[in-house]
Amino acid sequence: MDEKKFLIEKVLAVKADLTQREVIDALALLRHDTVNIPVVYIGSGTCGKVAGANDTFVAVNRYLEEKNIKAEVVQVGCIGLCSYEPLVDIQLPGKARISFKSITHERVETLLDDIFNSEVPTENVLGQFNNKRHNRWNNVPLINELPFFRLQHRVVLANCGVSNPDSISDYIARGGYQTYLKCIRNYTSEKICNIVDQSGLRGRGGGGYLTGEKWMMAHNTVSDQKYLICNAAESDPGAFMDRAVIEGDPHLLLEGIAITAYAIGATKAYIYVMDEYSQAYFMLNQAINQLKDFGFIGYNIFESGVDFKITLVKGPGAFVCGEETALINSIEGKRGMPRPKPPYPAIEGLFGKPTVINNVETLANIPFILRHGPLHFNEIGIPEARGTKVFAISGKAMITGLVEVPMGTSIRDIIFKIAGGVKDGKDFKAVQIGGPSGSCLPASQLDLTVGYESLWSEGAIIGSGGMIVMDEDTCMVDIAKFFMNFLQKESCGKCIPCREGTRRIHEILENITRRPTGESGFEVLERFKGIIQLADLSEVIRDTSLCGLGQTAPNPLLSAMKWFRDEFEEHVFDRKCRAGVCKELRLFYIDVDKCIGCVACLRKCPSNAIVGQPRQPHFIIEEKCIGCGICFDVCKFVAVKLK
Amino acid sequence: MQASLDEIISRYKAGSRESLLPLLQDIQIEFGYLNEEAILRVGQHIKLPSSKVYGIATFYDQFRFVQKGKFHFKVCRGTSCHMHGSLSILREVERVLNLKEGQTSRDGRFSLEAVSCMGACGSAPVMNVNGEFKTAIAIQDIAQIINFYRSTI
Repeated sequence: MDEKKFLIEKVLAVKADLTQREVIDALALLRHDTVNIPVVYIGSGTCGKVAGANDTFVAVNRYLEEKNIKAEVVQVGCIGLCSYEPLVDIQLPGKARISFKSITHERVETLLDDIFNSEVPTENVLGQFNNKRHNRWNNVPLINELPFFRLQHRVVLANCGVSNPDSISDYIARGGYQTYLKCIRNYTSEKICNIVDQSGLRGRGGGGYLTGEKWMMAHNTVSDQKYLICNAAESDPGAFMDRAVIEGDPHLLLEGIAITAYAIGATKAYIYVMDEYSQAYFMLNQAINQLKDFGFIGYNIFESGVDFKITLVKGPGAFVCGEETALINSIEGKRGMPRPKPPYPAIEGLFGKPTVINNVETLANIPFILRHGPLHFNEIGIPEARGTKVFAISGKAMITGLVEVPMGTSIRDIIFKIAGGVKDGKDFKAVQIGGPSGSCLPASQLDLTVGYESLWSEGAIIGSGGMIVMDEDTCMVDIAKFFMNFLQKESCGKCIPCREGTRRIHEILENITRRPTGESGFEVLERFKGIIQLADLSEVIRDTSLCGLGQTAPNPLLSAMKWFRDEFEEHVFDRKCRAGVCKELRLFYIDVDKCIGCVACLRKCPSNAIVGQPRQPHFIIEEKCIGCGICFDVCKFVAVKLK
Repeated sequence: MQASLDEIISRYKAGSRESLLPLLQDIQIEFGYLNEEAILRVGQHIKLPSSKVYGIATFYDQFRFVQKGKFHFKVCRGTSCHMHGSLSILREVERVLNLKEGQTSRDGRFSLEAVSCMGACGSAPVMNVNGEFKTAIAIQDIAQIINFYRSTI
């Protein structure tokens, strides 16, 4: 292969001269900075595919074939604007790359017709990429000046959705793997550990442990074999940044892994990917094969004397396997249950050997730190937390997707300035940060800044970086119940407080969201007893569980009770859910002016709570009503209303 | 052509504990679920009591012990989908299919599963039928979607 030979001899070799004119031009062509034929980029991450990117891909290819146009079609990862998928970018020779949103297959033809006639359609335009070599389109905003991108600082996501994730040449042309070769040729492993330590990088998986310190510990432990594990077991609902990195820029992660393995002296690395992430698994597998082809994996890599091997492991799906010692057990073929620490995995981990476990985002930061030096990385963020953090914004936000901001950005800026606030003009109620064991913050806490200690001080955690925006239609008791149900299902069962305690909390919350029909005096007493004991129970779970997941399990409940106490009291005392989410607490009434007496609701009511004569207005007997809402659904005259 | 159980098992070294999960995963990919024979044979091969193999397999969400239906429905129960009403969607699918989550219909046509997050939070609530995503679904659409699959058999 010509491309491969060129890259190895002219770019990656020891004496490579990157200032030569021909090399510069060839690299620009490889990374699509200059193009000779039109290029169509289709956002084909999982979020794009869900929105219909596959159909768009087929439609684009069919169009090009029919019109006999010679063009290249590239499937890229997710740029972070999940709610605007499928995204299609088009780059004509000499013209700037221009991006369009929501291009479903039926819109492809009009779009391409316009573009190939050098016209910019008025609809669905997102923006154009800034590139000095190209002529700009008129009246099209620059993509990095859009409100969504302006406040972001992209280190990890820099090339996601921009570069071609299927091609290692593209990555090398953007300067990739040169840092790795610089490391193994010129640096001792100790020096790399020191550089990372100086950079102040902390674990992005939630723990916030200093990465350099962890590496140093493993580096200093004497052993015949050491391991590196990349934790891509992203099983928090509402977190998808690791997946986006893997799908959009798999080689960035692999370079980070390769450097880390060299720094700690590991010759074997494992990547533990969730089984559900089939596309991410496919991308990694393909990228690893490309690495083998280029000679980055194997013995004596590029004649440096370094050996390196990567194994992909499919995680069989358990939330607890995100905990590092549980993950180790899972790779060893055991139940994914946490082990007591110490000994820390850096001393005694996988198969009893020193093991470093780092999250995807942490590892994806490594090439940047070593390429630009620790001081450059130090300039981003705040003293307690250097660098950037990727957040996955979902829920009722205007724009859902991935956002990378410097540490120290306020939550208000992220939600209102970048993600555009709350959808449909509703009022903001809360934001849930840090996944199932994170906490909900109300509007009054929005000025908190993103970091480790700053969030801990308010009982919140940064977690892996899920950010779920909730509007006034969300019931906080219901959300707490949802998370407790999730945690109870996912508790591994090792520690009794976590296993039984989460179940009890879920039961108590179920009780207060259920209509008390035919409840005996004793049952009422039990219900109130449960509520009184909630806080104590949470404390016991927090104090007596072994792993981080158990210790943080009561967080969603505690934070909801702290900030939304009035809503809990309303559920307990008034038996009312203001958001109308807790179905069994809903009360309906029939508007006598609108009811024409069609008896539709009367026939369907499962508890015979509706009375009335045909062609006369009906009534609901509140004591009999179970709040199922069937009358509400069947009424064609909007006569049934919520109280 | 299905690879036989023997062939899959012979890909892995006997007695090595760390190949237990990949082995079970391979069997599930080939046969769609783990049956009793598979568990017993894996136990013999890895040199673990089959009770232990079964215990490990039930620990993880991925492994199934009943065959999937011809149409496999997955309803997302992630946080974002939950806020957009995925519980009602799940109940409606259960009602129309006359199945509970985790079950397969007796004629083997349909099966239903609730999963914790499919990572498509931007298009909530989502459902997945044999790998094909249905996004931003409303309760009213469900009967129609299911009838479409009913009529294709």
